[in-house]
Amino acid sequence: MLNKKSPSRRVFEVCNVLFLCLIGFVFLAPILHVVFASFSDPVELGRKTGIILWPAGAPTLEGYKIVLNSPNILSGYLNTAFYVVAGTVISTLLTIIGAYCLSRKSFRYRNRVMLFISFTMLFNGGMMPTYMMVRNLGLYDSRWAVIIPSAISVFNLIIMRTSFMEVPDSLEEAARIDGASDLVIMVRIILPLSKAVIAVIVLYYAVAIWNSWFPAMIYLKDRAKYPLQLILREILLTNDTSIMNSSADSVRNVSLYAQLVKYCTIVVATAPILCIYPFIQKYFTKGVMIGSIKG
Amino acid sequence: MIYFLLIPVIVYFVIFSYIPMTGLVMAFQNFTPKGGIFGSPWVGLKHFADFFGSTYFGRLMRNTVMISVLDLLWGFPAPILFALLLNELRSKVFKRTVQTISYMPYFISMVIICGIIADFTSSEGVITDLFVALGGERKNLLGQAGNFRTIYVASNIWQSVGFSSIIYLATLSSVDQELYEAAALDGAGRLRQVWHVTLPGIASTIIIMLILRMGSMLAVGYEKIILLYSPATYETADVISSYVYRKGLQEFNYGYSTAVGFFNSVINTALLVITNAVSRKYSETSLF
Repeated sequence: MLNKKSPSRRVFEVCNVLFLCLIGFVFLAPILHVVFASFSDPVELGRKTGIILWPAGAPTLEGYKIVLNSPNILSGYLNTAFYVVAGTVISTLLTIIGAYCLSRKSFRYRNRVMLFISFTMLFNGGMMPTYMMVRNLGLYDSRWAVIIPSAISVFNLIIMRTSFMEVPDSLEEAARIDGASDLVIMVRIILPLSKAVIAVIVLYYAVAIWNSWFPAMIYLKDRAKYPLQLILREILLTNDTSIMNSSADSVRNVSLYAQLVKYCTIVVATAPILCIYPFIQKYFTKGVMIGSIKG
Repeated sequence: MIYFLLIPVIVYFVIFSYIPMTGLVMAFQNFTPKGGIFGSPWVGLKHFADFFGSTYFGRLMRNTVMISVLDLLWGFPAPILFALLLNELRSKVFKRTVQTISYMPYFISMVIICGIIADFTSSEGVITDLFVALGGERKNLLGQAGNFRTIYVASNIWQSVGFSSIIYLATLSSVDQELYEAAALDGAGRLRQVWHVTLPGIASTIIIMLILRMGSMLAVGYEKIILLYSPATYETADVISSYVYRKGLQEFNYGYSTAVGFFNSVINTALLVITNAVSRKYSETSLF
């Protein structure tokens, strides 16, 4: 294959690399700014203008001390941990069951049920009717209100179903001849062969639940049940500084520390995700491809 | 056996998707929680008439459409361009590095992103500093209605361009190399190759993504809007779904809110169906 490179091609390649370096910086810079600012001295932080790419003033852990001592952050984390674990388990189980049943060719009503479920992606009752439903079920101010109403994502179900349909029919037929029931086939044949897609779906649900705040906001009244994101919203977006005053030595000048605490809160809330992220991002890329519709 | 297995799933959809659809009847009532569905007075199309006739209707439609269109105009091509540029890189290491960095913002939660935005655009924020350095006035940028759309769309792109490009990069890698060679032999430079080989190769992916995007045109993500807007920016920030939230769950005007939400859902569905039909007619790709 001829591989002569014209000068304009070389120029393009150099420009491309430079441009993408710039883009990469744009992606990283806000994160770096927040991280370094969180270690900065609050007085210097207030004075400095422009992006912070190194702690301003003497690095300090003062902001982190306040954040990590705040009972709201702790309870937020615990609640979110509960919601993520319980929610992911419930959602994944339901999705597996649904995807399995809808992937069996022998299921006579398969297409009708598929339509029944897919229609909900197209049209739904809307915010108010769903809210009333949850209230009428007695779930208001209950932790289950955060988990159950959004338990099944049709999108995820379709991805899983498509993947289950790839399992060769011969395996199922052989099992049936041996007298296996549907439950046995699902557990002993389909699941072991679908570990990859199940991992992806578990991830999708877990990340969605981790990030979710709106259902908690409309269905929960008791602060003790708030997930982390909702607590963060109060700290970061409603300028509610009462969160910070609940630490033991609140003789601090709150407004001085307000911005520093915000940065520390962001780091404390996002660090776990950014640390796990390199390991899980390959599952996400795989997931997107499994789900891609072969046009 | 299989029918037993399926029961919890069916029950879920009945309870949380289909029964709430019957709740749409609230749109035609002067609904109060005390009266319930059967005890609240019927008002027919009054809520719809109120909504269409209100001074807010024009503003809401305009904001919803404008934010959607701007988001589409800037946000839809961005991942495609990004994927194309990445595809031209020769160093695999550099490509993977940039890719990995580009996905990072996607994993940061919406609340945190908005917290960062609010901080960066406040009167002492970093972006405001940049703005002042370029000759602007020092103000809280997020509180200015004129800035809202830019902030919203730009931050959307920042957060999602990396992740959205995954699917395009995957499709790009499946384009047959021989086609490129054939084009090169015919004298096509890189740009022409992109136009005649690459783009047609990923065309069906682009169309499916576009259909999915169109379907949620009017459902401008209320979560981000609600996190970022304020009464000062309602003029450009308030969209139909944030209005539904405010009327329903903050002002408890259940019937009216349901009516507006109903209108929103109907238009969304119509858009999705239309886009799908158009796509099926003019290309072989469609969602259903």
